[in-house]
Amino acid sequence: MVKLTPPAHQTGLQQQIGAALAEAREPLSRDQVSEIIRQVMGSVEGDIAATDAKFYREIEALARYIRTAKLEIAAIRPKDITSEHIPTATDQLDAVVGSTEEATNKIMDECDVISAIAGGLPPEQGEKLTASVTRIFEACNFQDLTGQRITKVVGALKHIEQKIASLMVALGEEIGAPPPVPEESDPEKKLLNGPQMPGQGVSQDDIDRLFD
Amino acid sequence: MAVDMNMNILIVDDYKTMLRIISNLLKQLGFKNIEEATDGSEALRKLREGHFGLVISDWNMAPMTGLQLLKEVRADAKLKPLPFIMVTAESKTENVVEAKTAGVSNYIVKPFNAETLKTKLVSVLGQF
Repeated sequence: MVKLTPPAHQTGLQQQIGAALAEAREPLSRDQVSEIIRQVMGSVEGDIAATDAKFYREIEALARYIRTAKLEIAAIRPKDITSEHIPTATDQLDAVVGSTEEATNKIMDECDVISAIAGGLPPEQGEKLTASVTRIFEACNFQDLTGQRITKVVGALKHIEQKIASLMVALGEEIGAPPPVPEESDPEKKLLNGPQMPGQGVSQDDIDRLFD
Repeated sequence: MAVDMNMNILIVDDYKTMLRIISNLLKQLGFKNIEEATDGSEALRKLREGHFGLVISDWNMAPMTGLQLLKEVRADAKLKPLPFIMVTAESKTENVVEAKTAGVSNYIVKPFNAETLKTKLVSVLGQF
């Protein structure tokens, strides 16, 4: 039977492993264990403290940012936007649609009158007048398009109103106390309210009575 | 074949002023019998009850849109061959393609003039 001898480098490695295992089997002294634990704990505590500090700083910055945002949102008076500005804007736009429709119908009423007159005129004049009335009818297309565009704008405003209402709910009561609005100092500007909604302003008859 | 100027024409639009504009323009072109509806469902009911030679309809109406009306007309064996012109502010290519796919006879974009209306009527009904 042939006996195999391991190569020289393999014998050296086995010796090193053997020495390491022997060293590992040697029990550590109490002092050595205490020193290792102290070093590990010191290292771990130090790292957590640094991470915490950074984390707390970021949380604090975020809280400051939210506080500032709430103040800024309160300053734009979101309750006024949903309870006053947007409803007023949509009412005004509805009134625009109503008044242009009314005006367009009056224009077309008069076109009908002119068309009837045109029918009784000599052919050349009648045709000219009829062609003119046709162009007025064509121009009245604007009312339909204006109405559709305004309806789209009203839809967009209502969407904004909903989003603001959701934002107010999400941010809570803190934004419910807006800063006071400075009163308009120019007395003339206080009088500039624009056209009134149907039934809201005084009528010409009411005004005339003031002059009687 | 000559166009029957006495045919019943149904115009459909939710804006009263637009109904009046189209009605007046049609009368000036010589058409005499014009009926009106303010949405697709009212139009469909009138179409099923009466005898019409042409529909001129808006697209954007509630509860039934002009496109839905067109699809109902094309799905109805009796109404299927009825000429149907869409007159609408919806002017995107996808709208026109959708209406064409649904079987619209012609398509007019608002605002339009009497000349455009006449041209489209001639292309759908023939010379008058």
